Amino acid sequence: MSTPKSAPTPTPKSAPKSKSMSRRQRTRVVRGVQYAVLLVVVLVVALAADWGEIRRAFFDVEVAKAQFPEIITTALVNTVLYTLLGFGFGLALGLLLALMRLSKVPPYRWLAVAYIEFFRGVPALLVFIALGFGVPLAFQVSLNQYVTVMLALGLVGAAYMAETIRAGILAVPKGQTEAARSLGMSQGRAMVSIVIPQALRIVLPPLTNELILLTKDSSLVYLLGLSLSQYELAKFGRDALNQNRSLTPILIAGLCYLVITLPLGHLVRRLEASTARAR
Amino acid sequence: MSGVEKSSREDKEHGAAIEVRDLHKSFGALEVLSGIDFSVAYGEVVCVIGPSGSGKSTLLRCVNLLEEPTSGTVWVAGDEVTDPDVDIDRVRRGIGMVFQSFNLFPHLTALENLTLPQRRVLGRDKAEAARIGRDRLARVGLTDKEAVYPAKLSGGQQQRVAIARALAMDPQLMLFDEPTSALDPELVGDVLAVMRSLADEGMTMLVVTHEMSFAREVADRVVFMDGGVIVEEGPPEQVIDSPTHARTRSFLARVLDPAAAGLGGPGEDGTDGARP
Ligand SMILES: Nc1ncnc2c1ncn2[C@@H]1O[C@H](COP(=O)(O)OP(=O)(O)O)[C@@H](O)[C@H]1O
Ligand SMILES: [Mg+2]
Repeated sequence: MSTPKSAPTPTPKSAPKSKSMSRRQRTRVVRGVQYAVLLVVVLVVALAADWGEIRRAFFDVEVAKAQFPEIITTALVNTVLYTLLGFGFGLALGLLLALMRLSKVPPYRWLAVAYIEFFRGVPALLVFIALGFGVPLAFQVSLNQYVTVMLALGLVGAAYMAETIRAGILAVPKGQTEAARSLGMSQGRAMVSIVIPQALRIVLPPLTNELILLTKDSSLVYLLGLSLSQYELAKFGRDALNQNRSLTPILIAGLCYLVITLPLGHLVRRLEASTARAR
Repeated sequence: MSGVEKSSREDKEHGAAIEVRDLHKSFGALEVLSGIDFSVAYGEVVCVIGPSGSGKSTLLRCVNLLEEPTSGTVWVAGDEVTDPDVDIDRVRRGIGMVFQSFNLFPHLTALENLTLPQRRVLGRDKAEAARIGRDRLARVGLTDKEAVYPAKLSGGQQQRVAIARALAMDPQLMLFDEPTSALDPELVGDVLAVMRSLADEGMTMLVVTHEMSFAREVADRVVFMDGGVIVEEGPPEQVIDSPTHARTRSFLARVLDPAAAGLGGPGEDGTDGARP
């Protein structure tokens, strides 16, 4: 029971006492040290930092006021718009790719695999450059900015969504297709009316995650030459940074992203919990 | 020659709802059906019994081509379903199928489960599909559940909705694959009652089941399958009450009185010994 070292008295009463003391105390000491370290760091930072400078750089009230309402009415709205355009196109293309990936015709499968591997493997930045600058130069056409954004975000998003949707389709029990076919539905009709609605429900949480990723990726739009009214959050923040020599607009832009992504993240967790309950 | 074939086909059309000739089905190297011949007349109720793995489900699924037979011929209501050129979707409309695991569409309400196939397959308009859907739900005693999703229904209620869904398509015949095997014992009765009333109305039914009392009371004919062949068939009183084959006797001994078979170990062993 007790080690020779820590048990001078062999009585059962005193042996556990010394042992439990040391154990509980050790935890308390370790935690105490952690708090102490934290306190020291906070104190050092608080004393060493130039708070006036920091407040001017990050929390300049005048600069902050100047960003409103445009940062909401233009930048936030555009970020949401670009994201939804990319998501809508990506979802449609991703669904098509998922169906191709599951096709009984091998060339369709090969095409889908090649597409998915390619667009998951290259940086989204490169796709933006290709569509924003490469296509207009090479083909002497100028795409509408919104179309460019929709294509660039959608082409990349589709590759990820295709794999997600494919997994969702495979997760729908085989009996569902069999029931649909036994009622006289064609393969395609069973897919559209019975399997896909259930598959999308299954993949709602990962698709919402994809929406969060696209919201952040929409910042790549800043690469393209945009007119003022087309600015989204990142470009808007960067422009305001140049004008004001203050990080405040960037901080506000960041908070605006959080206004979108945090609720979506919360939604994902709720959806996951509800699908877990339904099983 | 084609004339002969045609006339024999017409005979079938008038003679039988289901006609199966020398049906073989293999999954890879495993032969599951080894030459099945049988038929079901219009208005007839045929129950298929047999041990698990004997090929009963596979036989049923070959009738509506959920499984592709390896060889042999199957006619349903005059259509040869094994003909590569047959419009199988059209043939399946006439064959209602009820699964052991219900297979209701979970994203649709009970009534929508009935109306969607009518509208998409038969092209019925919304109002007519709903009217027929409500009528079929009433038939299975579930009028008050039309707006409920399958997950909120008991197993017995789900299976009755599944039967109503098949009935809404106005099928010429119905296939049932162990419709009560997944149900709690106290829910079996409601489903069997619905099936019994269907049989009373003259529905053509091919039923795989372990419910011997149902088979005895409702079936016109009982088919006993084992090892991918039909071992014996005939009226229920003959096949169930005085079977001629040892394999049938041993199977029935296990199914009819599992408690006694379990308790009276030696007796069951003796019966099993007669099996090969
Ligand atoms: N899709 C399939 N692939 C491979 N083997 C199968 C398949 N379906 C059924 N089987 C096999 O065929 C045999 C008969 O199955 P089944 O027709 O379901 O029997 P029963 O309904 O009488 O229990 C079993 O051994 C089963 O494992
Ligand atoms: Mg079976």
